[in-house]
Amino acid sequence: MNGSDIIFYLLAALTLVCAVLSVSTRQIFRAAIYLLFTLIGIAGIYFWLDYQFIAAVQIVVYVGGIVVLIIFSIFLTQQAGEKLPKQKIGRKIFSALAVFCGFGLTMLQVYQHDFIETENEAITTNVADIGRKMLSTNAEGYALPFEVVSMLLLAAMIGCIVIALKSKPETK
Amino acid sequence: MMQPGLYHLLFISAALFFIGIYGFFTRRNLITMLMSIELILNSVNLNFIAFNKYLWPHKMDGLFFTVFIIAIAAAEAAVAIAIIINLYRSHNSIDVENAEELKY
Repeated sequence: MNGSDIIFYLLAALTLVCAVLSVSTRQIFRAAIYLLFTLIGIAGIYFWLDYQFIAAVQIVVYVGGIVVLIIFSIFLTQQAGEKLPKQKIGRKIFSALAVFCGFGLTMLQVYQHDFIETENEAITTNVADIGRKMLSTNAEGYALPFEVVSMLLLAAMIGCIVIALKSKPETK
Repeated sequence: MMQPGLYHLLFISAALFFIGIYGFFTRRNLITMLMSIELILNSVNLNFIAFNKYLWPHKMDGLFFTVFIIAIAAAEAAVAIAIIINLYRSHNSIDVENAEELKY
């Protein structure tokens, strides 16, 4: 067991513990902060796997964007210091049971399956390769999904503005 | 303890997915449900990256799927929060139990 393995196990523990706390704490602001640490742990796992670009995107978009958005909406919609109402104990027990059964079944399937690793040489995935592949228009390129996603983001932006627009009362 | 490999990553991703499902079942507040959805999407991303790293290291398909899922998740979170804030304006609460006009 060398240093790299220890780092992996630490990152995994951080991710899973913070995820459990994020769904179980009764203070909504703390839930958001635990979600932040979960996302940072996942970004650390991406770094550990040598996918620096994905890790950077994860930190920029999730940690810097979505969590901040969630925290702002908590400020806008929650009264300060108010805890979430207690859930029924039956609902908690049944969902925990369902989740454990699903998790057990999934892991059973995963451990029984023998994954075949390829013999092919690994390619580099630095930012230059990713950018070249993302904008290439040949059969292996991703130019079309790239454009579709940019249209989707534009549509989502306009949709958000329209939805959140305050509807003025008719005065005329 | 073994060398971390594909099975470890699949374990983390499955655990994250089911933690997200648990949150989705038990929470009744729209923002915390949105957080559970983010957990589920992250587990899917981790799965794609793990398969790309260990089974198809000569391709970049999993990586691009992850990039596009992150973009779509950002759009989804923005739209969801716009809807939540609009709901808060009209109902003064973001509890799903209070938003049931469409049910009947």
